Amino acid sequence: MTRPSLAQPAAPPGLSERLLLGNEAIGRALVEAGVSLAASYPGTPASEILAAVVAAAHETGAEVHAEWSINEKVAFETALANSMCGRRSAVAMKQVGLNVAADPFFRAAYLGVTGGFLVVAADDPGPHSSQTEQDSRLLALAAQVPVLDPMDPREAREMVHLGLQLSERYELPVMLRPTTRVCHARQNVPLGEVRPLERPARFVRDPGRWAATPVFVRELHWRLHDKLTALAGEAQWAPEFLPGEGGRPEKCIVASGAAAAHALDMLAELGAAGQVDFYRVRMPFPLPRPWVEQVLGTYREILVLEEPGPVMELQLGAGRVRGRQSGQVPGFGELTPEVLGRVLAGFLGMAAPEVPAPAAGGVRPTLCPGCGHRGVFYALRETFPQGIFPSDIGCYTLGINLGAVDTCHCMGAGISQAAGFYHAYAAGGDFPPIVATIGDSTFYHAGIPALINAVFHRARFILVILDNQTTAMTGHQPTPALGVTAQGRPATPVALPELVRACGVKFLREVEAYNLPEVKDILLEADRFCRSSEGGVAVLIARHPCLLTPEGRRQPRHRVRVTEGCVGCRHCLEAFECRGLRWEEAEGRAAIDPVTCVGCGVCVHVCPAGAIEAEAGG
Amino acid sequence: MRQQIIVSGVGGQGAVTLTRWLGEAAMLLGLPVITSETHGMAQRGGTVISMVKVGGFRGPLIPWGAADVGLFLHGDNLAVHGGYVRPGGVRVVNTQAPGAHLGLDALGAALGLGLKPVAANLVLLGYAAGRGVLFCGAEVLAEVIRQQTPARFREDSLLAFGAGEAAAREAGG
Ligand code: SF4
Ligand code: SF4
Repeated sequence: MTRPSLAQPAAPPGLSERLLLGNEAIGRALVEAGVSLAASYPGTPASEILAAVVAAAHETGAEVHAEWSINEKVAFETALANSMCGRRSAVAMKQVGLNVAADPFFRAAYLGVTGGFLVVAADDPGPHSSQTEQDSRLLALAAQVPVLDPMDPREAREMVHLGLQLSERYELPVMLRPTTRVCHARQNVPLGEVRPLERPARFVRDPGRWAATPVFVRELHWRLHDKLTALAGEAQWAPEFLPGEGGRPEKCIVASGAAAAHALDMLAELGAAGQVDFYRVRMPFPLPRPWVEQVLGTYREILVLEEPGPVMELQLGAGRVRGRQSGQVPGFGELTPEVLGRVLAGFLGMAAPEVPAPAAGGVRPTLCPGCGHRGVFYALRETFPQGIFPSDIGCYTLGINLGAVDTCHCMGAGISQAAGFYHAYAAGGDFPPIVATIGDSTFYHAGIPALINAVFHRARFILVILDNQTTAMTGHQPTPALGVTAQGRPATPVALPELVRACGVKFLREVEAYNLPEVKDILLEADRFCRSSEGGVAVLIARHPCLLTPEGRRQPRHRVRVTEGCVGCRHCLEAFECRGLRWEEAEGRAAIDPVTCVGCGVCVHVCPAGAIEAEAGG
Repeated sequence: MRQQIIVSGVGGQGAVTLTRWLGEAAMLLGLPVITSETHGMAQRGGTVISMVKVGGFRGPLIPWGAADVGLFLHGDNLAVHGGYVRPGGVRVVNTQAPGAHLGLDALGAALGLGLKPVAANLVLLGYAAGRGVLFCGAEVLAEVIRQQTPARFREDSLLAFGAGEAAAREAGG
């Protein structure tokens, strides 16, 4: 039943294999392929790529400059310049990061590159951990950049090598677009030798190209068009053809990425492996024109499986194509094995497998017990019950559980939105307390221009920078405040308070986030400042190191207990939501859960009956 | 050998590590393997699921009702992810509650040994291996733990794993 072409290929002889996460395979391959500069900003599902570059460089002794850039646009431009010096370069980000980097991305297609330049943009069909479900391949199509769509970590590794070669051959940026199920899959992946490329920086001045004015851009646009046509015709990028047994000559399946992998698994599960012609596309844009015509000329029904958007479907046109736009495939969402089972059975005229109810229930994510953010959100809510709370992206978005996050839009938006809310209300006279929250890393990423703009236009609101001294959500990458690079090398720290003052802020307080009474006092003082004649934006930096960092683990602990005084009001459970506290049904009161409580002692300030006590040590 | 395993837990509990050990065990046996794990927001205490597919599979996800084995690090997760396990498959659960599963109070066992709560995972893994429901024997997993665990955690990890194995022997399997 299972045909040899569907089985996983064995390791090439002579190379050992390692169990690698897709992102680790990508990072490792970048180093193997001689990339000398890799830049990234963390974001799920792309976060582990740069760390893998650092690890592989360390392990193999390769000379690489690897950096956590302040944001994706800066990362892109930094890596691009390295490529303009003839050196291989890469930039890695999540799909919404590509929005931030879209400006340099679009122009890079026209101007091209010199050293191979790989743009790794990781998509999140589902979405599982993103604010949109967008398809980076659609941006590649819009920018006219070729895009590779790996189906698993092994292929992602291979495509890094091939993509860099392609990029050099055509002097074009090439996008590698893995999805969550590639980034966060682990597989036995072959390791390759590191081939150092002795390429000293050599920038060839050519203002007509690198500083192209519109006259030159016209010409460059034509050249881009020609490059794409030539590239689409390369035999090695032709879709991989897995012929069927011939029983359904009028039908074929065209699939790419993890959807292709899962479709092959599901065909086997349905007992239909090898029954229908299957084209596995590795470069969904640009599709080779002759192949498109051949497919449209040969089959009456073409099922297109891709994630998350209709990129191949757009190029194949309507009519014979069954896909996301025509309705045979759900218009959005992840193509899980369950969804694919239904779609494939329908397409092949088989009985559909039983459709399960989606796994419901489970517990929602919440801030860690002892997280410094929790007390601040609690204080916000208690101090300003009528407040408006724009927020931002990070662990602290979970402040939504505490009723102190009203908006979460995109990186840095909370500050601009706070200004917008102020102007909206001020137009009518009075304005409510507006308190924006943002994490330290997000503030560096996109908060600074927003803050300058708000100060300049005399908005009046409170900004709380939740400073946990790391980028926690994505796995604890260092921020510019720390003075250490992604490679553990010393850096010049850029401290938050100076930065805030330099944005023109006249009210700045710094506070230990655990000190709830002080946080509340400062919030009231900040509100008075906002409303005073000279008022403007008031900034509060609330500090506590993330508990999952070594610094956070070193913090003093308390022995905490709930006394007989507990009146059973459940306030600490409902308004504070720390999993270190639980409800004792039998006793009708709250209690500390000794397994999860980390002894931060903050809940002492929360109990209205004063029934939570803490003593030092624990 | 082909086997599909799900690991169901709560973010931060160590489901990812457990999944990795299973993947490494397949590597030691020279079997092709692909796994999938949960990262991002859900890791902050939300319900998470990882999957391990050993043998000739292409994609990392296991369809509902197709897993041969389910490891449940939290009893409550049975209600959410129990249906991933196929009819006739085995559910190994960190729980004291009786039911149609192989249950063990792995957390209690870990705490009883003076270990951190996260060691409960290894107790459960040792139990599953000891009951003979996994694609590999306990000695393969013990070797993985020896090779992959940093020196300062190695002894405790092996202790936890061994406790699970011992519990399996007691349970007669
Ligand atoms: S990881 Fe750190 S910042 Fe995130 S919730 Fe936990 S303690 Fe807070
Ligand atoms: S001391 Fe209170 S707030 Fe801190 S972790 Fe324990 S229960 Fe949670």
